[in-house]
Amino acid sequence: MHADTTTTRKAAAAAVFEGLPTEPGVPKPDPILVVDKVVRRFGGLTAVDVDHLEIQRGSITALIGPNGAGKTTFFNQLTGFDTADAGSWTFNGNQLKGVPAHRVARQGMVRTFQLTKALSKLTVMENMRLGAQNQRGENFFRALIPGSWRRQEDEITERAEELLERFKLDAKRDDFAGSLSGGQRKLLEMARALMVGPELVMLDEPMAGVNPALTQSLLGHVKALREEGMTVLFVEHDMDMVRDISDWVVVMAQGNVIAEGPPDTIMSDSRVVDAYLGAHHDAPMSVEEAEEQLQEAEAELEIEEKA
Amino acid sequence: MDWYAIFVTTVKASIGLETVVYALAAIGVNVQFGYAGLLNFGQAAFLGVAAYGMAVTVATFHLPFWLGIAIGLVATVILAFLLGIPTLRLRADYLAIVTIAAAEIVRLIFRSVKFSSVFGGSDGRQNFSGDFFAMNPYAPGTYGIGPISFNERVSWVLTVGWVLVALSCALVYLLMKSPWGRVLKAIREDEDAVRSLGKNVFSYKMQALVLGGVIGCLGGFVFALGQASVQPDLFSTEFTFYAYTIVILGGAARVFSPVVGAAIFWVLLVFVGNTLSEAVGAGVIPASIMTVNQVGAVRFMLVGLGLMLLLIFRPQGIFGDKREIALDAR
Repeated sequence: MHADTTTTRKAAAAAVFEGLPTEPGVPKPDPILVVDKVVRRFGGLTAVDVDHLEIQRGSITALIGPNGAGKTTFFNQLTGFDTADAGSWTFNGNQLKGVPAHRVARQGMVRTFQLTKALSKLTVMENMRLGAQNQRGENFFRALIPGSWRRQEDEITERAEELLERFKLDAKRDDFAGSLSGGQRKLLEMARALMVGPELVMLDEPMAGVNPALTQSLLGHVKALREEGMTVLFVEHDMDMVRDISDWVVVMAQGNVIAEGPPDTIMSDSRVVDAYLGAHHDAPMSVEEAEEQLQEAEAELEIEEKA
Repeated sequence: MDWYAIFVTTVKASIGLETVVYALAAIGVNVQFGYAGLLNFGQAAFLGVAAYGMAVTVATFHLPFWLGIAIGLVATVILAFLLGIPTLRLRADYLAIVTIAAAEIVRLIFRSVKFSSVFGGSDGRQNFSGDFFAMNPYAPGTYGIGPISFNERVSWVLTVGWVLVALSCALVYLLMKSPWGRVLKAIREDEDAVRSLGKNVFSYKMQALVLGGVIGCLGGFVFALGQASVQPDLFSTEFTFYAYTIVILGGAARVFSPVVGAAIFWVLLVFVGNTLSEAVGAGVIPASIMTVNQVGAVRFMLVGLGLMLLLIFRPQGIFGDKREIALDAR
């Protein structure tokens, strides 16, 4: 049952992308996020200059690119953590330019951070509860009357417990978040983001600094998000992970989106290869390519031997 | 040496006027710094604005006492907004710089010659506490247990003061148990994380600044009424730093720590001061080492040394949780 839905969702997402051209800014059938001409400059440096980008609803989209490509800056623009110099972007049709970060989150676009931001001196459970929206007890005056928020708090706690169990953090429930390991913090941050009830989850390097044992479990959790109907956009360096879970890959370099495409073929796209390795290179980019080169070399050797 | 006198004054100090005033100021600092992580180094200004708001209303303009209290409260809230609006969107350090400067500006305006017709210059204002003492339910006489007793005026001030301390503690307790307090503590840990979870961080920081200021301003009222006078130099920067010392001594982000911290701080100061002056007076400490005039300075040295030792051996303060401090070291 579990595996079935995964495959159907994955198949559905793959079907959507079937036959799409791999040009940057290619239109998608049902975009949740549409970005137009977003520019961010730091003095003379143009960190982000994205002409057009659409993120397909219900899919897992990876945002990759070499160091300094502007991926995290782009993330910050979209989520309201930094102000763009120009451009506009819409989430579910709502204009988001100039909207402060907390309002972006309330609309259902929730992000995590590259450097995990666990709230160290709060317990794991308090971290989780914080994520819930529209809490009555977060109003100053209602906070003074525990009766007005107790019941809601119980519901939130129940939801948090379910999520903690799913993320295997239930044993850590009452520990300070600061006492968790790096990987556990990543899990907590993702679980906490889910408490917000997001439609679009933006993960900034979810695998950075996570030990290999936890990587598989994190991958599973990201896939589960798609299964639940959420959209995922994530920044990642680890190509194995990108290949494993993403339905579509967007490549950035020097602030621009230079290519888009399905994960199996994107890394052999010449624009991407150029961006990662420079225009002159002859390193194999995939197994097939490596074999091809090997065969060519062997053929050459054979010719030489015969001669 | 008169150990009996030392004992009596020390015990009285533990519940005396200074303890009440500093406890209220420190409860406010604890809300701002301990829970929300806001470095408000201008707490003295909040007390000063409240005390002067009341005193000037009554003494200079001859308006009713309760109007004076209202003006003091409003002035405190306005000060909080003035300080908060430009700085709370910036990094924490800026609030510290702005508040410490603002507190000095406020004090210098109070003591300026230009406005002495309103604020009374460096002499401050007197003759405003009549209405307050007219409400005194205690008949003339002394109240207390044996030698630990106060006259009816002091008893009235202390009663009101400790009721305010109790109410403030109850308020902080309720708030910090609630989701509202959770947001505040989360902001102290990491603002951006809280923003990413859909909370309006600026609004919460402003609420914390106002709340801490208003609780502190109650201390300003008690201070002014207890002394039946206000002077600008009561509200200097040392005042703020003592309040911080008290919070750290008690343990930050604990409901009762400012109260116990204030009591211990004043008990230490009074005990060390009195013991030293008794010892010098009785010749136990010869005049070649220390004279009576030097006692005031030396007691601060000794109390400072004590606080340093406390922070070395118990960095979490009296009520703090050692596990929390250990997290910082990671």
